[in-house]
Amino acid sequence: MTKNSKGNALGVIKAIASNQLFIPILALVLLAVVNLIVDPSFFEIKDVTNNAGYLVKSGALVTILDYGSELAILAIGMTLVTAASGGQDISVGATIAIAGSAMLRVLCGGNSRPDTIQAPIIVAFLVACIVGMLCGAFNGMLVSIFKIQPMIATLILFTAGRSIAAWINNNELPIVPDPKFAYFGGFIPGIPIPTTVFIAAICIIIIALVLKFTNLGLYTQAVGINESSSRLNGINPTFIKFLSFVILGLCVAVAALIKVSRLSTINYSVIAKDIEMDAILAVALGGNALSGGKFNIWASILGAYVIQFLTTTLYKFNVPSDALAAYKAVVVIILVVFSAPKAREYMEMFVKKLNPGRKEAA
Amino acid sequence: MMKKVLALLMASAMTLGLVACGSSAPASSGSAPAASGGKIKVGIINNDPNESGYRTANDADLKAKFTEANGYEAKFAYSLKNDEQIAAAQTFIQDEVDYLLLSAADTAGWDSVLKDAQAAGVKVILFDRTIDADPSLYEASIVSDMAKEGQTAVDWLASQNLPEYNVIHIQGVMGSAAQQGRSGALDAKVAAESNWNIVKQQTAEWNAEKAQQIVQSVIDAGTPFNVIYAENDDMAKGAVAALDAAGISHGVGKDVVVMGFDCNKWALEELLAQNWNYDGQCNPFQSSYIDEIIKKLEAGETLSQKTIIMDEKGFDATTITQDDVDNYGI
Amino acid sequence: MNETTLLKMRGIDKSFPGVRALQQVDFTLNKGEIHALMGENGAGKSTLIKVLTGVYPKDAGTIELEGEGEVSIHSPQDAQNLGISTVYQEITLCPNLTVAENMFIGRGKGAFTNWKEMNADADKLLQSLDIPARATQQLSNCSIAVQQMVAIARAVDMDCKVLILDEPTSSLDEQEVEKLFGLMRDLKAMGVGIIFVTHFLDQVYEVCDKITVLRDGQLVGEYEIKDLPRVQLVAKMLGKEMDDLSDIKGESDEYKGNDAGEIVFEAEGLVSDAGIKPFDFHIRKGEVNGFTGLLGSGRSECVRAIFGADRVLGGKVKVHGKEVKINKPIDAMKNGIAYLPEDRKVDGIIGDLSVRDNIILALQVMKGFFKPFTKAQAKAFADEYIEKLNIKTASADKPIKALSGGNQQKVILARWLLMHPEYLILDEPTRGIDVGTKVAIQKLVLELASQGMSVTFISSETDEMLRTCSRLVVMRDRKVVGELSGDDLTQNKIMATIAGGE
Repeated sequence: MTKNSKGNALGVIKAIASNQLFIPILALVLLAVVNLIVDPSFFEIKDVTNNAGYLVKSGALVTILDYGSELAILAIGMTLVTAASGGQDISVGATIAIAGSAMLRVLCGGNSRPDTIQAPIIVAFLVACIVGMLCGAFNGMLVSIFKIQPMIATLILFTAGRSIAAWINNNELPIVPDPKFAYFGGFIPGIPIPTTVFIAAICIIIIALVLKFTNLGLYTQAVGINESSSRLNGINPTFIKFLSFVILGLCVAVAALIKVSRLSTINYSVIAKDIEMDAILAVALGGNALSGGKFNIWASILGAYVIQFLTTTLYKFNVPSDALAAYKAVVVIILVVFSAPKAREYMEMFVKKLNPGRKEAA
Repeated sequence: MMKKVLALLMASAMTLGLVACGSSAPASSGSAPAASGGKIKVGIINNDPNESGYRTANDADLKAKFTEANGYEAKFAYSLKNDEQIAAAQTFIQDEVDYLLLSAADTAGWDSVLKDAQAAGVKVILFDRTIDADPSLYEASIVSDMAKEGQTAVDWLASQNLPEYNVIHIQGVMGSAAQQGRSGALDAKVAAESNWNIVKQQTAEWNAEKAQQIVQSVIDAGTPFNVIYAENDDMAKGAVAALDAAGISHGVGKDVVVMGFDCNKWALEELLAQNWNYDGQCNPFQSSYIDEIIKKLEAGETLSQKTIIMDEKGFDATTITQDDVDNYGI
Repeated sequence: MNETTLLKMRGIDKSFPGVRALQQVDFTLNKGEIHALMGENGAGKSTLIKVLTGVYPKDAGTIELEGEGEVSIHSPQDAQNLGISTVYQEITLCPNLTVAENMFIGRGKGAFTNWKEMNADADKLLQSLDIPARATQQLSNCSIAVQQMVAIARAVDMDCKVLILDEPTSSLDEQEVEKLFGLMRDLKAMGVGIIFVTHFLDQVYEVCDKITVLRDGQLVGEYEIKDLPRVQLVAKMLGKEMDDLSDIKGESDEYKGNDAGEIVFEAEGLVSDAGIKPFDFHIRKGEVNGFTGLLGSGRSECVRAIFGADRVLGGKVKVHGKEVKINKPIDAMKNGIAYLPEDRKVDGIIGDLSVRDNIILALQVMKGFFKPFTKAQAKAFADEYIEKLNIKTASADKPIKALSGGNQQKVILARWLLMHPEYLILDEPTRGIDVGTKVAIQKLVLELASQGMSVTFISSETDEMLRTCSRLVVMRDRKVVGELSGDDLTQNKIMATIAGGE
């Protein structure tokens, strides 16, 4: 009887542990507990009046929501690319620089310090979207048509992207004069929550609708799991892979809007530096196989906020920002090791050893 | 990664430069003034102007100085790679330039090509960066003194006579010459004075976004501070964005003193608007120094010193003028 | 060891995870003998060769060589040192070097090469073997056959006792093959033992002395060529003894198709990039027909061409008498054609997706990207076919890879039946599944045909085809060599047609 209930309890634990959201939620809880023990004020949310004169929320949690949102947007695209192509796009940061630069070029009209914006923000944003999607199309073409490994294919833009970004604005560093442009990476007057949260929410709603009302999810997973079989079922794997990169390009353009808006300017060599690693990490943390196939986009999005939680916590603990990567690497190692089939075998053996009576009970 | 390597190289270049400065450098001898009746031919080897705003300004300055109107016939070559720069130098030597102006990508590997230059009677002047070669192989080297930049800034801050200094210190890429120079002065002062405290000292790797997050984390933690000492303008800008979001006032006569470096034009404009308090110069305008040296050498004079450290200003928001912005903004 | 025995392999075992590739295989090669190693794809020929050449370590068994006694071969280098050389189907020489360099490369005794001497030696060897090439010629300028001969010359010059030719003729034309055979006979006269791996029956009978047949990793037997007529050889390879082949036909009097029905699908001169010769084909409404031939004879490639699974290079295709273009699977699907592929794991299942998603996939794709089925619809479809085909799964949400092979196959079958095709192609639907499911699938095929569906059925098990098909297209060496129907549908007739010649 006791053995039986013990077996059931283990079964429940196993069921929970096998849920994809388990890892990101566990990580989130761990981080929250650590912060709660060290400094409970971490969770305080204060109302402050910002220098534009509006009441806004402030606090570490707001920071996490703010910066986690741009990562969440990228995680959406990265999840699709990972699922379809079984590889990752490492040119995200460089593409943000390109799309952001294009946006500034349109807004400032090639003049580094204009008095007014030269085109409506929406036009600049649409141009950035087109540029982002073109970059995605370039990567997608290399991967889907020329069958180049995604990491190798995207290495091209990774290397050249920031120079291209600088070239778009003749290496000038334009500053957008319109304070409205700063809303996207900051606050809209009168609304106390960072705008990025709303932008991310819109992106999440859109992808949810797309996944519900199209077969994007089914096709992407089918192609990622078994390309040859998908083709024989009438799917065009080349197009699906291509499409995933174009969608990521669109996500990149949205992230570029946020990034450029934060400071109303751009620094080609450092903007969104290493952000691709965080995006990939978000996908992995969400329990999605980096080798492609089945995916859970909600887990990736949650993973993105967990990464930002980790980053903010590390900043709080005075970890130098050049050492952040090392800490994240540790997380990656743990994730990769634990998701490897060999490690799972060992864990199962371990569980069996712990619970030798289970066989009899069953 | 690339940046880090570059920064390290720059750092070693700096130290070597100082060593070279210390050793007694024999004056160049036996070099007859270039007797070409017309223009002075110079070959300029620089880093890629896209590298940074500093480099763009540096390149523009050189291009403006070495013109036909000023009596020069200039050729330019750009690369961030040492071997390509060396190849360019060899081409210039074959083209029989009179002067070779060099901002080397890498400190090492220049000996043989500079010996070739000497043998061919081409005079070499280093600017911005020094190299790991015998000082007899070049006429002069013109560099910035980052430690002095830091000292000027810290002296200015001390002159503000704040009752207490609670500083958020945002550092550049660790180990780079600029970071070491600009951090050194502040660290020394904090160690010496009891009312100077570092609230947070962290590298943001010259990155505005990281600086913004660092300052944000201090604000979120509720630790009081009244000075932002950012080792370049970008990071100061990121820090200010965090202040703005949290409703903390900054600038002349406000709660937080904001300090930056490099004198970007937009940063000096912030000073002019009194949103920031101080900006330290890292002078990219070496052309007039080089011009002066060439004129002296052409006249057959000997140079009094081999390593020339440029004048570098620090701008105070209360005294800066529009002219300063126009003249010194890069 | 016998005087003339050159190589003796005894009791060779070799397993890979999940497969016993070789079980207790014996092989004997004599001096001056050309010995054919025969078997269908996957019978264990290449595994045996790789064990002999040290590419794979053997699990058990012994290898003896003349003059060496028992030897252990751990690497291709070991094999070469013992005088065992291999010439592969693809040329493994350096095309940008000269013939002589290719013959002697990597074998220099010292650091210096005497070019003159080397070229002279090469020319002498080429002459003695009657190879039409000059030592100083660049290899890439020679024809493929000559390149192959140079590879052989290189092997011969390395004091080779055992020469393995692994499908050397597949890229040669007839004249080139003749030249190669000439060279093989010369070598045979010099006392070299040659192991000849090929799937061309004609060539075996032209040049070989002995045949060793493998099937499913086991030795079937070793035969003198004169004692084993072609039909017998085919029977051995397929695993049917002639005596056993009592006519199974008539055992069932189930529906046999309707020869008079409307022609549903018709192909003329259809050819794909998979290396098959152009072929003609048609199927009528309610007919069950099949492609037969040895594995690798091109029967799968034919149906893949029909479905557009391989790149179609030429030919005309008509559906209901109307010419259509089928360039990719979706084109075929839109014309009511469904295809259950041969390799379930590689081409059929989408392993990590649920049984439900696997069932609805093809119909969903037909319906369109922007029109996904609702959860309820998908569930209804899946449940219907899980029941209809008696698919054993805990739930429709289980990933398909968790199911047994037979149930996986049923899911794939369900996927295509859900599409309600007019013409269903089943390529090896019964391979690797249990007997019960096999029978169920055969019954289903006949039932579907009686309802008016046209079915093309391919199986390695001839009796299955005899039981279900009313017409068989016979293939050999990637081309159609005959068509059997009516009273001609017997095991013996099929094998005779496959064997050809005689």
